[in-house]
Amino acid sequence: MPRLALTLLLLLLLPGPAWAVEPLPVTEVAPGVFVHRGVHEESGPANGGDIANIGFVVGRDAVAVVDSGGTPGIARRLLAAVRAKTDRPVRYVINTHMHPDHVLGNGALAGEGVTFAGHANLPAALSARFETYVSRAKDHLGEAPVLVLPTLLVKDRAEIDLGGRVLDLAAHPTAHTNNDLTVLDRQTGTLWAGDLLFRERHPSLDGSVKGWLALLDRLVTVQATQVIPGHGPVAEWPEAVEPLRAYLAQVVGEVRALQKEGVGIAHAVPRVAVEAKTRWELWETYHPQLVTAAYAELEWE
Amino acid sequence: MKTRTLLLAGLLLAPLPAYAQEAPTPEDQERWAYVRETLFPGRKAEPAGDRLALEAPNRAADASIVPIAVTAKDDPADPVTKLHLFIDDNPVPRALSATLGPAAARPALETRVRVNEYTWVHAVAETKAGRLLETGRFVKASGGCSAPALKDPAEAAARLGRMKLNLPADFRPGEPVKAQILVSHPNNSGLQFDQVSRTYIPAHYVDKVLVRYNGQEVATVEADISLSEDPSLHFAFTPEPTGTLEVEVTDSKGASFKQSWPVAARGS
Repeated sequence: MPRLALTLLLLLLLPGPAWAVEPLPVTEVAPGVFVHRGVHEESGPANGGDIANIGFVVGRDAVAVVDSGGTPGIARRLLAAVRAKTDRPVRYVINTHMHPDHVLGNGALAGEGVTFAGHANLPAALSARFETYVSRAKDHLGEAPVLVLPTLLVKDRAEIDLGGRVLDLAAHPTAHTNNDLTVLDRQTGTLWAGDLLFRERHPSLDGSVKGWLALLDRLVTVQATQVIPGHGPVAEWPEAVEPLRAYLAQVVGEVRALQKEGVGIAHAVPRVAVEAKTRWELWETYHPQLVTAAYAELEWE
Repeated sequence: MKTRTLLLAGLLLAPLPAYAQEAPTPEDQERWAYVRETLFPGRKAEPAGDRLALEAPNRAADASIVPIAVTAKDDPADPVTKLHLFIDDNPVPRALSATLGPAAARPALETRVRVNEYTWVHAVAETKAGRLLETGRFVKASGGCSAPALKDPAEAAARLGRMKLNLPADFRPGEPVKAQILVSHPNNSGLQFDQVSRTYIPAHYVDKVLVRYNGQEVATVEADISLSEDPSLHFAFTPEPTGTLEVEVTDSKGASFKQSWPVAARGS
């Protein structure tokens, strides 16, 4: 009897046993394509790090998860959402890029028969930042994430077959980061753009603004009808690219002009694309970041 | 529990004190005393008051590129000979020490640093008479995406050692002008732990920058791992009608890079 009590107590202490996990709310945006929308906030205790769009695609034989979310807990809730929709096993977890809100849940999805896929640059980029990401997310992680890196590494293109349903994975040159990967569900013409597309939420720049602009110009030729951005609502493709493309182009143009005038990095930030403030959420945090990073990049022209 | 939730909600709703400068805590003061003591053992520092200005953002926009400017007010009776910059909570707090040469137009310097976490930043001006004048600011790191790591290591490696000089479009002989030197260098800190190889990414950073104008020293900068990737230095010199600016950079692996630019003052 005391042993049973002890067992029960231990069970209570275990972090989120599978039967107690509340499925993450998901929307079926196309047959078999499910998306969970993150909130437009900084990761923190109030939102539990649930800020990125994540989801999954269900094939005849298997499921592919696209991004694991900002914490192991979110990943478990995503898994519960998968279980609520299908009994097919999760065979793939695709990481669209290294940022913590998209990949810190990886460890909770690892297991036998699960292959992680990502851009060939992702392992080095994430492993160099992992400690920093974990220490910055301490206030809402709940449990320490385990670093799981992709083994199916994409240098250019790859296909994943879920059984009667093929996903096209495309690795891109440096843009939002140096390890951006897009996923096209051929069957429904749905493109998972990861953070190559921000809608509503202000973009962050951790790669190359020039590379990003050049990539968006090529990406619009992808044969898709709708896009799932890394942040913001699902939208029609390729029209949904335009606000971001125009904004990045404006930032580049204005930064170049200020550099010509000899305006320093600190003084450039409050002068660039300021009227766009009302169009982007979290402007106060990310506009200075974007302009600072763009400035440092464009200085070498 | 409910009270706690309410309290938490209240805290979240409270306006962010993002732009208020905070007073140093006893731990902050202790840390700074320790950091200062390592570079200036046994020496007293005095508050700089208006003799030294330190410009830094309250909140780092990109934690890997935080612009900082140090400007000392000169006093001919006891001129400033060196400027030092510290990021207190970085693993190697001293970002740089600049010895000002005869060709420096004024005791001022700007650079960009990495900020690992919320930290105090301190500047110290050393005078000819041996006084140490100090001032500090608090800087918050922000934006979880901008961990202080290279954005594009391949690109950084490809242009290692390239330099760039930026000067205003117009400047006149005899009037101080602010120049910017950019050195393309990954400035690897040696403190990024690679989880895959279970080793640290080797340190490789710019440790010395010597700037001369027409053969005379403008500044000699000893630098460390806190400087951003592609170190940037601004300093002032007084151009003659024509002249040459030379920059010599050495890094922690012993590589050296040299470049010079003809500098012709324009305007009249």
